[in-house]
Amino acid sequence: MITAERKPLKEIMDYIQPFNRILLVGCNECVTVCSAGGRKEVGLLSSALQSAFLSAGKSIEIKEHTLERQCDPEYVEEIVGMMDGVDAVVSMACGCGVQEMARRYKNKPVFPAVNTKFMGASERQGVWAERCQGCGNCLLGITGGICPIARCSKQLMNGPCGGSTNGKCEISKEVDCAWQLIWDRLKMLGQEDRYLDIIPAKDWRTAGGGGPRKIVREDLAG
Amino acid sequence: MEKFEPVIVAFCCHYCAYTAADMAGSQRLDYPPNVKIIRVPCSGKVDAIHILKAFERGADGVYVAGCLEGDCHFKNGNLKAEKQVQYLRKSLDEIGIGGDRLEMVFMSAGMGEFFARKAKEMTEKIRELGPSPVHTQLEQQARQKAS
Ligand code: SF4
Ligand code: SF4
Repeated sequence: MITAERKPLKEIMDYIQPFNRILLVGCNECVTVCSAGGRKEVGLLSSALQSAFLSAGKSIEIKEHTLERQCDPEYVEEIVGMMDGVDAVVSMACGCGVQEMARRYKNKPVFPAVNTKFMGASERQGVWAERCQGCGNCLLGITGGICPIARCSKQLMNGPCGGSTNGKCEISKEVDCAWQLIWDRLKMLGQEDRYLDIIPAKDWRTAGGGGPRKIVREDLAG
Repeated sequence: MEKFEPVIVAFCCHYCAYTAADMAGSQRLDYPPNVKIIRVPCSGKVDAIHILKAFERGADGVYVAGCLEGDCHFKNGNLKAEKQVQYLRKSLDEIGIGGDRLEMVFMSAGMGEFFARKAKEMTEKIRELGPSPVHTQLEQQARQKAS
């Protein structure tokens, strides 16, 4: 999923300070799962903003709404009827949702309420960790299912650096060395020979080095 | 200025804290009427939104009262509640209400005397802190409307 974390309240308040009627929009997908911008967080942020503005002597009107998805125009369209009565929009979706709102509602300022962090997985309740950087040419099939791009601090492709110690990365004792994980997993699978295959210099164009990326499925695209 | 009477909301779990409040009543123990009790099935059932809404509507102090450690009828609802309270205290600082207006307390069903004492202590503490900034503004708005 795409993970995110709520921005400091002060930053959100600074954005909307000049406005009186705010539409606060959550998203039911990734940001709900990582407890950053779903229906529940919309309620909490709304209440926090009400109290904080009121404490400062300002009354503000906040409408709350959570869309099924904010990165799809069909869903973003659903709130067209709510737009007349608002001065600005605060989105609790990831950066994709914020941009979709800004694209559809061009005459309304749209502000992000979360910092979009990374594509990750849930390690345990309340903990999310980075797993993929969307390089556009997945290597997991030859690296034992562990990504050296998202999980090796140096994005090394052919084995560990000299800093790998007792399974940990040299940047921190809290971070597993990705190449240790890769080696352990290949050994477990009896695929040690894979480790000897040289991964050639990676072509980063598929990873964004070639400009903004797009997928066009001709069978589906209208 | 007229004397400040704090509004305090106490979320009390059905099995321990609420029963302790009952016990305080049947023992004819005095505790301040400032404390408004809301009975919940378990302290772990108290959601962040319940606490924030209480402050948004003008509460000066809030506390969540659950069973003693190890005694929760739902295993660990009280410890979850404590974690949530600690987390929310930071949010209240961020909002400008102040985290020290929120507390977590633990008691057994038999601790009527402790319940009454805690209610007094919390009322005194909040009285000293003064009205929450939200409370002050809400009163000001009400006065403006009336005049
Ligand atoms: S190799 Fe590329 S696509 Fe595969 S997990 Fe890593 S970053 Fe993601
Ligand atoms: S210690 Fe391991 S994870 Fe860290 S930079 Fe070196 S190879 Fe990568």
